[in-house]
Amino acid sequence: MSATVFAPWDDPQAEPLIQFQNVSKRFGDFTAIDNLSLDIFEREFFALLGPSGCGKTTMMRMLAGFEKPTDGHILLGGRDIDPVPPNKRAVNMMFQSYALFPHLSIWENIAFGLRRDNMPKHDLEERVEEMLRLTRLEKFARRKPHQISGGQRQRVALARSLAKAPKLLLLDEPLGALDKKLRQDTQFELMDIQEKTGTTFVIVTHDQEEAMTVASRVAVMDQGQLMQVATPDRIYETPASVYVADFIGDVNIIQGRATAQGDESYQVDWAEGQPALLAKSATAFDTGQTCHLAIRPEKVAISADRPTDAVNAVQGKVHDIAYLGNLSTYHVQLADGTIIKAQTANTRRISRRSFTWEDPVWLSWTATAAVLLAN
Amino acid sequence: MNRLSWFNAVSLTLGFAFLYIPMIILIIFSFNESKLVTVWAGFSTKWYGELVQNEAFLDAAWVTIRVAVFSSTLATILGTAAAYVLVRGGRFFGRILFSGMIYAPLVMPEVITGLSLLLLFIGIGLDRGILTIVLAHTTFSMCFVSVVVSSRLVTFDRSLEEAALDLGCSPAQAFRLVTLPIIAPAVISGWLLAFTLSLDDLVIASFTSGPSATTLPIKIFSAVRLGVSPEINALSTLMIAAVTIGVITASLVTKRAMMRQKQDELAAARTE
Amino acid sequence: MRRALLIALPYVWLLVLFLVPFLIVLKISLSDTELAIPPYTPTLDLTQGWAGIKDFFSQLDFENFVWLTEDDLYWKAYLSSVKIAVISTFFTLLVGYPIAYGMARAPEEWRPTLMMLVILPFWTSFLIRVYAWMGILSNEGYLNQLLLWTGIISNPLTILNTQTAVYIGIVYTYLPFMILPIYSALERMDGSLIEAAEDLGCSRAQAFWLVTVPLSRPGIIAGCFLVMIPVIGEFVIPSLLGGSGTLMIGKVLWEEFFSNRDWPVASAVAVVLLLILIIPIVLFQRNQQKQTEADQ
Repeated sequence: MSATVFAPWDDPQAEPLIQFQNVSKRFGDFTAIDNLSLDIFEREFFALLGPSGCGKTTMMRMLAGFEKPTDGHILLGGRDIDPVPPNKRAVNMMFQSYALFPHLSIWENIAFGLRRDNMPKHDLEERVEEMLRLTRLEKFARRKPHQISGGQRQRVALARSLAKAPKLLLLDEPLGALDKKLRQDTQFELMDIQEKTGTTFVIVTHDQEEAMTVASRVAVMDQGQLMQVATPDRIYETPASVYVADFIGDVNIIQGRATAQGDESYQVDWAEGQPALLAKSATAFDTGQTCHLAIRPEKVAISADRPTDAVNAVQGKVHDIAYLGNLSTYHVQLADGTIIKAQTANTRRISRRSFTWEDPVWLSWTATAAVLLAN
Repeated sequence: MNRLSWFNAVSLTLGFAFLYIPMIILIIFSFNESKLVTVWAGFSTKWYGELVQNEAFLDAAWVTIRVAVFSSTLATILGTAAAYVLVRGGRFFGRILFSGMIYAPLVMPEVITGLSLLLLFIGIGLDRGILTIVLAHTTFSMCFVSVVVSSRLVTFDRSLEEAALDLGCSPAQAFRLVTLPIIAPAVISGWLLAFTLSLDDLVIASFTSGPSATTLPIKIFSAVRLGVSPEINALSTLMIAAVTIGVITASLVTKRAMMRQKQDELAAARTE
Repeated sequence: MRRALLIALPYVWLLVLFLVPFLIVLKISLSDTELAIPPYTPTLDLTQGWAGIKDFFSQLDFENFVWLTEDDLYWKAYLSSVKIAVISTFFTLLVGYPIAYGMARAPEEWRPTLMMLVILPFWTSFLIRVYAWMGILSNEGYLNQLLLWTGIISNPLTILNTQTAVYIGIVYTYLPFMILPIYSALERMDGSLIEAAEDLGCSRAQAFWLVTVPLSRPGIIAGCFLVMIPVIGEFVIPSLLGGSGTLMIGKVLWEEFFSNRDWPVASAVAVVLLLILIIPIVLFQRNQQKQTEADQ
C-alpha cells in the first residue's frame, strides 16, 4: 500500500476523466436525469447506487453512447463525446445480461472487439490469452457460452469488455445474476482486477452492500438526481439526508425540534413525556427548526438498568427480537409507541441471552452517535 | 398429468386418424393396379412409371420448383428486412401503413390477391409467365417470412446488438456478425415456409401465370376436376413423401440440437 | 442512409405489388365492361393531361355494385359463403379443441411429436388434401364401400358435390389452424390452476368450464378467425367438393373472371368481399394485439 491515500476528488488540481455538465435526459414527458453534474476521476471505482428507475442505468447508457443527453454535455478526458457513436468510444460496457454472443466460443467472444480494430493476429492472440489468464478462464476458451456456468459467464463478459483496454469500463449490475455466496467472492475479484488493470470502473447497482464493498466513491441517486456523492464510510456515517440514511443500512429516524446549546450541540425535543435528546452537529440549526435524528441501531446500547453516564437514555420494553446469528436486533417499544432498534453482537451463546420479549430495558447512546438532518 | 386420461387418448386417436386416414388411403391406392381408383386390383407401381413419362407434369414440376426457389429467396430477403424494420426500425413515415401491408396478405383471400396482381400486370403490360408468378408469390410469402422472423426478433436480447456496437461494430457489422447468425434458424424456416407456400399455391398462380408457364398445382387442379385418377394419386404420394421426409428430418435435427444444449447446460451448472 | 434503404426496399415492393393492385381493382370495379383489350372502359389517358384525368373520373360509376345487388346470385353467394364459414368454423372448433386439449395434457416428451403430426399436413399440399376426400366421398368411394359392407346403409349416400362434403373438406384442411393456437394457449396454462380449482370445491367439469375454457379463450378466438377469414373467400374446396349446388363467393369471382371475362364485375365482387372481411380482420388483429400486450 502506498502511503498517500487515493482521493483525487479532494485534490483541486486533479483533472476528472468524466464530467457530466448539467446533463438532463428526458424520454417524452418523463425526466430520467435532471440537470445533473458529476466528476469521476481516473482509476476510480465509482458506484451509482439507487432504486430501480432512479436514472442510474440511463447515466451508464449515456456514457456508453446508447442514449444522448437532452441537455448538457458529457466530457471524457476533456472532450465532448456527445457526437461520438458507441462503436467509436474508448468506453466498454459489461451488460447486465452479459450479452455473450451465443454463436461464438468464449475465445471468439473475447476476441470480438479486438478484431474490429484489425489488431495483428499475433497481438490479438496474446491479448486474448492474457484476458483468459486474468479471469481464470483458460480451460473454457473453446466452449460456447451455454456450456459454462453463470459465474464463468460473468467472467467472460468482464474479459470481453476489458480486452480492448478501455479508458472507462461500465458495469451494469454485474453481479445481479449470481447467488449471494458467489457474489461476495466475485466482488473482491472485481476489485482485484480493477487494481491490476488500473482501468476506471463505473458500476451501476441497486445493492448497497455491493456498492459499499467495491467502490472508492458512491453516488446515491433518486429520481434523476444525485442525493449524495461520497466515500462509502462518509455515506454511512454522515449521510446528507434522511433519504440517504434510510437507503443505506438500517437506521432509526426520530423527528423533533432543535434548540441550539452552543458548541455545535443541540437539544432535540421529540415527544411528550420523553426526555429531550442531545446531539452534536456541524451543520447549524435554528432554534425551533424541525430536524431528524438518525441513529444506527448498532450505536444504540441496550441495558437492564439506566446507564449512569449516558447522555441520551430512554426506557421501553422488548417488542421483538430478530436473531441474525452474529447479531441480534431488538425492537424496543417506548411508552408512546415509538419503536427503536438496537443491535448487539452475539458474543455469548444464545441460551445466556440477557433479554427476552416484554422485558423492560433502557436504550442509550452518546451525543456524537446520532446525525442531525434537516430533511 | 403424466398419464393420458381415456378421454384424451380417445380424442387424440380419433383426431389423428381423421387427419391421416385420407392421406394413407391416397398412398395405398397409388399402388393400385386398376385404373378404377376405388377398386383394389393388386399391387403395382405402374402409375409411377407413367408419371415419370408424362412430359406435361415434368415440365410443370420444373416450372414450379424454379418459381418456388426464386420467390422464396426473394421473399426471405425482403421479409427479413421488413421484420427488422418493424421490430427495430423505430418511427418512420407511414409505419402504420407498412405494418398493415405486412399483415393484410396473411388473411387476404387468394382470389383477391390473384385478381389484383393480374390487373396490375396487365395494366403495366407485363407478359404473364414465370416472372409474374415469382413476383406474385414473393409478395404474399414475404409477409409470412416477416411474421416468422419478427417473432424471433421480438425475443432477441437487444443488449447483444448493443454489445457488438460497444465493442466497435458499425450497425451493419453488428447485424451481419451478431444478429443474423443468431436469427438464422428463423430465417431458414421462413424460407422453407415461403418455398412450400409457393409450391402449394393454385389460385394466385392461376391468375398470374400465362400459357407459357403452367405450375404443377394448376396442372393437378385441371386433372382432378375431371375426377380421381391413379396417376394423381402417385404424384400426391411423391409430394407427401417429400414433405414428410423434410419435416421429420428438420424436427430430428432441432430435437438433437435442443437435447445437446440441455445436456451442456446441465453439465455447466454442475461445474459451479 | 442504410436504414432508409432497408425500409424502402420492402416498403416500395409492397406499395407496388400490394397496394397499387388494390387501387386498380377499385378503379376497374367502377368501370364498364367493353369488348376490347383490356375489356373495360374508361382507361386513363395521361397524354391528354388534366382533361384526360377529369374525363376519366367522370366516366367512373357504381353501376357494377348496383348490378351486384340486383342479381340475387351475388348476395346469395355472399350469404352462403358467410354461412358456410361460420358453421364450418364451429365444427372445426368442435373437432379441434379436444385434440388440442389432449395434446396439452399429454406427457411432455410426446408433445413435440404430436405437434409435428399436426404441422405435417399443414406443410402438405392443400390441393392434395382436398383431393384425397374426392375418392373417399364419391358414390363409389371408400366411405360408401365401408358403410355398405358393414350393412349400415343399403344404398350409397350422395356426399360428394354437396355442402356436407364442403364442410368436411374445410374442417379437414383448416384443422391445424384451429389446433395450434388453442394448443399454445392450453400448454402455457399452469396445471396447478386446475388442482387449485378442484381444491376449492370444483368438480372436474366445473374446473374445465370455469378455468380451462376462459384461459384458452384467446387461442379459441385466434383459431376461429384463422379458419373463418380465409374460408369466406375459399375457392378450391367448393369447386372440387361442392359441385354446382354450392355457392361461394370465391368461386363466383373466379368464374366471373375466367369464364365470363367480366373484369369490372369480378373487381366489384372482390371489393365487396374485402369490405365483408374487414370487420373480422380488424377484430382478429385486435385480439392478437391484446395477446402480445398480455405476454409482455
